[in-house]
Amino acid sequence: MKNLFSKVALSVAVVAMTSGMAGAAAKGISDNVVKIGVLTDMSGVYSTLGGKGTQVGVEMAVKDFGGTVLGKPIQVIGADHQNKADIASAKAREWFDNEKVDMITGLLNSGCALAVQKLGGEKKRITMNTGAASTELTNKACTPYSIHYVYDTYALGKVTGQAVVQNGGKSWFFLTADYAFGHSLEENTTKFVKAGGGKILGSVRHPLSTADFSSYLLQAQSSGAQIIGLANAGGDTTNAIKQAREFGIDKKGQTLVGLLIFDTDIKSLGLKVAQGMQFTSGFYWDRDKATRDFAKRFFAIHKAMPTMDQAGAYSATMNYLKAIKAAGTDDPDEVMAKLKSMDISDFFAVNGKIRADGRMVHDMYLMEVKKPADSKGEWDLLKIVKTVSPAEAFMPLSESTCSQVKK
Amino acid sequence: MSKILWIALIALGLVAPFIVYPVFMMKLLCFALFASAFNLLLGYTGLLSFGHAAFFGGASYITGYLVKTSGLTPELGVLGGTLFAALLGYLVGSLAIRRQGIYFAMVTLALAQIVYFIALKAPFTGGEDGLQGIPRGNLFGIIDLGQTYSIGGNPVALNLYYFIFVLFCLGFWVIYRTINSPFGQVLKAIRENEPRAVSLGYKVERFKLMAFVISAALAGMAGSMKSLVFQLASLTDVSWHTSGEVVLMTLLGGVGTVLGPLVGAFTVVTLQSELSSVGSWITVIIGVTFVVCVLLFRRGFVGELGRLLKKSL
Repeated sequence: MKNLFSKVALSVAVVAMTSGMAGAAAKGISDNVVKIGVLTDMSGVYSTLGGKGTQVGVEMAVKDFGGTVLGKPIQVIGADHQNKADIASAKAREWFDNEKVDMITGLLNSGCALAVQKLGGEKKRITMNTGAASTELTNKACTPYSIHYVYDTYALGKVTGQAVVQNGGKSWFFLTADYAFGHSLEENTTKFVKAGGGKILGSVRHPLSTADFSSYLLQAQSSGAQIIGLANAGGDTTNAIKQAREFGIDKKGQTLVGLLIFDTDIKSLGLKVAQGMQFTSGFYWDRDKATRDFAKRFFAIHKAMPTMDQAGAYSATMNYLKAIKAAGTDDPDEVMAKLKSMDISDFFAVNGKIRADGRMVHDMYLMEVKKPADSKGEWDLLKIVKTVSPAEAFMPLSESTCSQVKK
Repeated sequence: MSKILWIALIALGLVAPFIVYPVFMMKLLCFALFASAFNLLLGYTGLLSFGHAAFFGGASYITGYLVKTSGLTPELGVLGGTLFAALLGYLVGSLAIRRQGIYFAMVTLALAQIVYFIALKAPFTGGEDGLQGIPRGNLFGIIDLGQTYSIGGNPVALNLYYFIFVLFCLGFWVIYRTINSPFGQVLKAIRENEPRAVSLGYKVERFKLMAFVISAALAGMAGSMKSLVFQLASLTDVSWHTSGEVVLMTLLGGVGTVLGPLVGAFTVVTLQSELSSVGSWITVIIGVTFVVCVLLFRRGFVGELGRLLKKSL
């Protein structure tokens, strides 16, 4: 009897193996846990727009998914990279080597993101970047395991740059954060300003987290440009705008254009200061019912509405877990194959698709800051001027220099 | 010092990668060598340099550049970085030793800030992003330093670890020999009473410069090692914070003791890594630790231990 049972078991096993289903299932979940690391700026200039909120987004996604995948628990850990590439790379290395972290998300700050993404490529672990913006991440620096989820400097520069030039802003001067992200944003915006018939009168570079912008603003003022483009983000952008108002730059016929602005920046500037500004975003909490529902739940935990980075981290985590479930394993190659073949569609991403270079393309939005009179609540800050389709917003795959793109 | 202690320490170094996370251990070794090199200057010559990050970070950029762009093997990269630091040490040293005390510290700090500025603006350093993706390469063109062995399920880069460990021992041996040589005796004499050393007929300037160059070169070697370990040379390494940190490590461990800087470096780096989850409080905690140490044992951990045992450690 026992003999018969083992024979049956064996034949079942053989059938299962040959049918191919078990091929994937046999790999299953490595180390009996799926571990997601949130590595981002938790204490510096970008901590409001990312920081703990990004971890909240990831934790919400894990909870909504049920806390387990393929019967194994999902864990979330977080760390602060302090906007330093060496700290980010050391932490990520420790996570990959010792903590069995399967995927790292967040990664605000392009300098840090480039370091971690490169390491992920070497160690064969997935990085889903929701925070950093540099287009280099999906071009020269791309790896088979890197995904750039929310936005990039190409989309920001193209959508905002074109809109401003069309409205008559022909001469530009840039205030640029002096690292990978700022350079990339300036370069991409320049391209579209020039294509639209505008010209660049000059630019000045400032270190990350600058407190005093006066000397830079004076240079911008004396350039006589119509538009002062802010190729920086977070605390740097809000500082520059506040100080420009104090200088009265806007009253002398020059307009400030923030190239990367988050809801939280507008909140800290106040509508009175920020009203009328146009910029590009990948997400706005008050777009439709689904986004509002998510935002309300997020607000209950984090006491602030989600930015595109934070909502993006939710969506990235959710889709990563879905891909693991569909692939039947957390093997990075198979999960990546799944992620790149499935449609990304949820409250965050409309018309979403992950391309061969790791770029997640989806609808982007040209936003405008409301007038104080039009605002109905504390977080009623923006309106969507225009929805931009993925093909219009993002760099075409044919232009990508990523080694993963077959040409 | 007793032979047994040395053998025990070397044995501990050899088995360490099997016990603790090897990348962390390599970081410890880099900073321990850096602090020891600094101690040669502060503890044995009585010169407080506040610009040692320039040698540490400068060499890490040079090594990174040589290995990444020129495709040199790692040992040549480290050699290049060390020579660069020695040269830079000669230039900075010949200017700085003309002044004493706080002015000496200010001159070294000012010159180090120039190096920082160059690292920020030079085209090959990558500015704020740092010099990323430095390959570990093949030692002597044969041994792959990037190769990992599975120990307890974790990948461990043993080749690299032992390479770093050998370099550390080499650097430490140079320092030890320097201290316990007639040359070292003269340095100590200068530390204790400079006019007296002059009156005895020693060319004090020349001794100081020599000590400065040795210290700079070894600090550079530590920086070169770090750039191979983390495959990254960044602005953090050349910033004045790093110069301050090495002062902290040396004072905490015990200035003017052979083992003090090792203990100090291990303490500070371990604190930083263990406390990294508490965020910005880390600086406060390390600051408080420092204050408590200064109040309770002014000679540093090893200095106080040496006093208790009535031995020089």
